[in-house]
Amino acid sequence: MKMLRKVCLTLLAGMFLAVPFASADETELVIDGSTTVGPISKAFAEYFMEENPGVNVTVSESGSGNGIKSLINGACDIGQASRWMKEGEFKAAVENGVFPVAHVVGLDGLAPVVHPANPVGNLTLDEIRDIYAGEIRNWNEVGGPNMGIVKVSRDTNSGTYGVWQDVVMRGKDISADAEYVGSNGAIRARVQNTRGAIGYVGLGFVDRTVKGVSVEGIEPTPVNTATGRYPIARPLYMFTNGYPELGSALHRFVTIHMTPVGQSLVESIGFVPQTQY
Amino acid sequence: MKENEQNNYISCKNGNPASIDGLVMSERARRIRRGGGMLMHLFLLLITASSAIAVLFIFFYIGRDAIPFFQSRGFVEFFSKNNWYPSSENARFGALAIFYGSGIVALASILIAVPVGVAASVCLSDILSFKARQIAKPIIEILAAIPSVAYGFFALVLLAPMMQNMGGLLLAVVTTVFLAPVTLIVLILFSDIASSKFRPTLRRHMRIALMIGGGVMGIIALFALFSKLAAIQITSGTNALNVSIILAIMALPTIVSVAEDALQAAGSGLREGSYAMGATRAETMIRVVIPAASSGICAAVILGFMRAIGETMVVWMASGNAAQIPQPWYNLLEPVRTLTATIAGDMGEADHITGADRYHVLFAMGLCLLVISFVLNLLSEWAVMRSRKKMRGE
Repeated sequence: MKMLRKVCLTLLAGMFLAVPFASADETELVIDGSTTVGPISKAFAEYFMEENPGVNVTVSESGSGNGIKSLINGACDIGQASRWMKEGEFKAAVENGVFPVAHVVGLDGLAPVVHPANPVGNLTLDEIRDIYAGEIRNWNEVGGPNMGIVKVSRDTNSGTYGVWQDVVMRGKDISADAEYVGSNGAIRARVQNTRGAIGYVGLGFVDRTVKGVSVEGIEPTPVNTATGRYPIARPLYMFTNGYPELGSALHRFVTIHMTPVGQSLVESIGFVPQTQY
Repeated sequence: MKENEQNNYISCKNGNPASIDGLVMSERARRIRRGGGMLMHLFLLLITASSAIAVLFIFFYIGRDAIPFFQSRGFVEFFSKNNWYPSSENARFGALAIFYGSGIVALASILIAVPVGVAASVCLSDILSFKARQIAKPIIEILAAIPSVAYGFFALVLLAPMMQNMGGLLLAVVTTVFLAPVTLIVLILFSDIASSKFRPTLRRHMRIALMIGGGVMGIIALFALFSKLAAIQITSGTNALNVSIILAIMALPTIVSVAEDALQAAGSGLREGSYAMGATRAETMIRVVIPAASSGICAAVILGFMRAIGETMVVWMASGNAAQIPQPWYNLLEPVRTLTATIAGDMGEADHITGADRYHVLFAMGLCLLVISFVLNLLSEWAVMRSRKKMRGE
């Protein structure tokens, strides 16, 4: 009986002692914003929570605009965005005492892809735009065989579609006869078994079943994208309020992309890591 | 509880001395039983009503989120314009091509499914033996049990490349195989009718001459059609025809089982009466049984149409989702976009905070779909009711 009591007391004391330690180490990181950057944050969060059991990371995806808004309101620690902050957003942030610092965690590069049997290997940005706008309708207009062009696009919701709109279409509408599919994989599947097809996928999805097309003479490779030579690409941002205190959980999180593990995580989701080797 | 029983017992003894214990209930027990019965009734009514209430709620909630769209954009653009750019900077919501897509795909699938389905149901109800029917019907019904994503996968991965690689030839062979027997039947009927105009002595020769002449013409026509179809190049395999074929297969079990029920319901009396008048089996089927079951067949067609217009997964995967009205409008070899696929595809990032119209327009489409299927459902209900009345001879 006495023994039992002793054990109980020890356990109880242990609990009280343990609580302060636990709470000191337990931090919460709240991430909100772009659905494009979301998968990177989620992969980082999974890896980070495994390495730091005391830290709880929550990732929500409500769009770049909302992510930046919640950073300004102090509702999140990291606002993820697939675009740069707008002037009005900066103003609102500074007025609220928030000084946004951008961390580029990776690059979102898109490659036009065609059927492997298609001899066309290079297109200019204008040619690609005119193909998608429906002004170029046959491959023989861009040096290919006499074959109708089947345009395949991502659904209008995706961030991929957004980049394509911004960088390639530049204000022109994609013509009504373009086909829409729901994922990078689906575009690849459509292109690899349609002779006249052209599509666009994240760089990570170009494999030997489809042929990546050079744009303005530059091959869509990760190195060309990271060095900025390849035109259809954009940086992906994580915004924090000021540069995080060195060594803090937040600091460790926004520097994951600089580690080999972080780079392979970025690559595994189909984005281009910020490395040039 | 125990008290209760005792009470019952006592009241039985005292209240109704002539009764035998256990056979006649006391007033109180009767009241409890009646109350319980009423409670049970109420409970069942509630369960039944809940599904009706659910329909009302669906109408209410979809309508509530659809109205803001019409308030901000009006009706004209949505129903009459042909430009679907919901996520661009200056968003446009002209959904005419999408309504067209839903309509053409459902219509084409019905055009394929109805002749096949009705023929199959006639075969099941009047031609096959009982034993063969017991085997054939469940096999047709299996078609309804295959998940639609499996159909979609088949359409995308098998049918689409097949159409692209040997589309024209495939079309030509399938059309010829279907048209050849039809031509033969038409030819025989035509030469029979035409030769009966002549004198009996000439009739036989005329008939043979007509058959040979018509046969040669028919073969030439079929060959011309074959070579024309074989020359067609299909650039994109994910098109309206691909989806229509798959939707037709998916609508078949519905059509076959409802139409077969209608044919069965026509009864053996009607058939025997027809035979007794000297009609052949073909005449009995075409002139008596099918007209008698026409309302039921009509209901089958409407139900099949609903199945086709409401299907989402297959069209999202295999229709190409291009919001266009092809040139000419009956060109089934072009990709189209349907209402259901648009809702499924555009749902992802459309939320009512960042893009109010973009979010509400999907509800407007849902409301349109709901109204269409509601009207069709009423129509089929009416058709079934009419066929029942007709069967009863009212």
